[in-house]
Amino acid sequence: MSKVMTIADVVGSLESGMTIGIGGWGSRRKPMALVRALCRSPLTDLTIVSYGGPDVGLLCAAGKVRRLVTAFVTLDSIPLEPHFRQARQNGTIELTEYDEGMFLFGLYAAAHRLPFLPTPAGLGSDVLRVNPHLRTVRSPYEDGTELVAVPPLRLDVALLHLNRADARGNAQYLGPDPYMDDLFAKAAGRTYVACERLVATGDLLKEGPIQSLLVNRSHVAGVVETPGGAHFTACEPDHGRDEPFQRLYARAAADPDEWERFRARFLDGDETAYQDAVRTWREERA
Amino acid sequence: MSATRAEVCAVACAELFRGDGEIVAAAVAGFVPMLGARLARATFEPDLLTTDGGPALSAEPVPLGGRAETVEGWLPFRDHLWLVLNGRRHVVMGPSQIDASGNTNISCVGPWERPARQLLGSRGGPGNTRLSTTSYWVPRHSTRVFTEAVDFVSGVGHDRGAHEIRAVVTNLAVLDFGGDGRMRLRSVHPGVGVDDVVAATGFALGVPDEVPETRAPTAEELRVIRDVLDPGGLREREVPA
Repeated sequence: MSKVMTIADVVGSLESGMTIGIGGWGSRRKPMALVRALCRSPLTDLTIVSYGGPDVGLLCAAGKVRRLVTAFVTLDSIPLEPHFRQARQNGTIELTEYDEGMFLFGLYAAAHRLPFLPTPAGLGSDVLRVNPHLRTVRSPYEDGTELVAVPPLRLDVALLHLNRADARGNAQYLGPDPYMDDLFAKAAGRTYVACERLVATGDLLKEGPIQSLLVNRSHVAGVVETPGGAHFTACEPDHGRDEPFQRLYARAAADPDEWERFRARFLDGDETAYQDAVRTWREERA
Repeated sequence: MSATRAEVCAVACAELFRGDGEIVAAAVAGFVPMLGARLARATFEPDLLTTDGGPALSAEPVPLGGRAETVEGWLPFRDHLWLVLNGRRHVVMGPSQIDASGNTNISCVGPWERPARQLLGSRGGPGNTRLSTTSYWVPRHSTRVFTEAVDFVSGVGHDRGAHEIRAVVTNLAVLDFGGDGRMRLRSVHPGVGVDDVVAATGFALGVPDEVPETRAPTAEELRVIRDVLDPGGLREREVPA
């Protein structure tokens, strides 16, 4: 059964107030085509769960975020994300700030339907002070150790970008790092996979080895082919990060007038218009 | 051959890993500690595991900015997070603020509820410091970084249950912690006075009667730094001359 959808189908199936997990890591393999469409949609009041990069920045800039759950937000080659900084400094978003290992355990707990997973990470730090909902547990064994009981990061929806997928929803990464994409899929009620290229099921193993099949169709509700859909984040081996464009983004994001121009030029149209505008920008620079 | 300040710092960062053996050196704070970890492996600590900056564990120490020609292992982000729990990892982080007990902040300046300056977020700081060996690299030693109190504890210090904070290497000095868990001056880099370090530190620093000079790089270390691991001189960009 084909699960192939359009970007508009995916965003049309979402509702305001949802908790949405976004795969990738920092400015790496982010489902940016879906994020751009979310920014253009009428959806609001979202809780975003992400190892944050420009996905978080764009959604903050578009006023879509009520609460962010994260351990960091970064553009990697540019350490700080301007839109995220402004949102925090202007007090326009609520934040649940975890240690990145606690965040991993939250995804694990949700993926395995556990009420919590214990970890010492976070103890003694201000992460516990600013998350008063977090409880600790004591080991029932002789050691009696106190541990943070990380609650499940349950997601209504997960959005991922992978290198290849088939129409059934099996998805494959070909780059050097799976990030936590499989855990996001398992932690979510339903998962949408954007991919660089849709291939026939029989061709998946021509693209990469069996262990590159990161997410199977039991976790996937829909698949969208979005070539360049992770732009400007890295999507190796299909393409690296577009560093000049990321610099353009970061410069624009730091200034309201420049941001208006950037948004009008690149973000107000649909994904095809975005890809066309990026191509034109590249040609002008050459 | 006289060494630059950046080269003294790189050797001081290499010294952080002395005795660590067969563990992962995760020197994420900048070029100088990354160079230090690879230098340690290339000289006195050959069993260390180092990356090329990505998820590849390189078969040999890789020059800064280079890719591993031969790969001996794979360390995606999830494995870094598991290794923090496992303990076979020594991380060098870069704090925006650090206090006398070694508590550090990379999250935000000002009140967390509405920061004056939002920074990166806690990242792996809480787990790293609680669970495995941590050191710090500060390329600009100043009272803005070395503060009486940090605005947000994203890395725990000795008074909050740190596993081991081995040392803090800065552009001026090497600092470590005494039996009371408070920071003290271990050595000053050649050309730096004890008073310079005290003036650049925003809390009462433990200063022993005799403060030695940070050891100078050997000729072989300088050769490895200059000809092999950092021929492009990235280290000099990070440390003001």
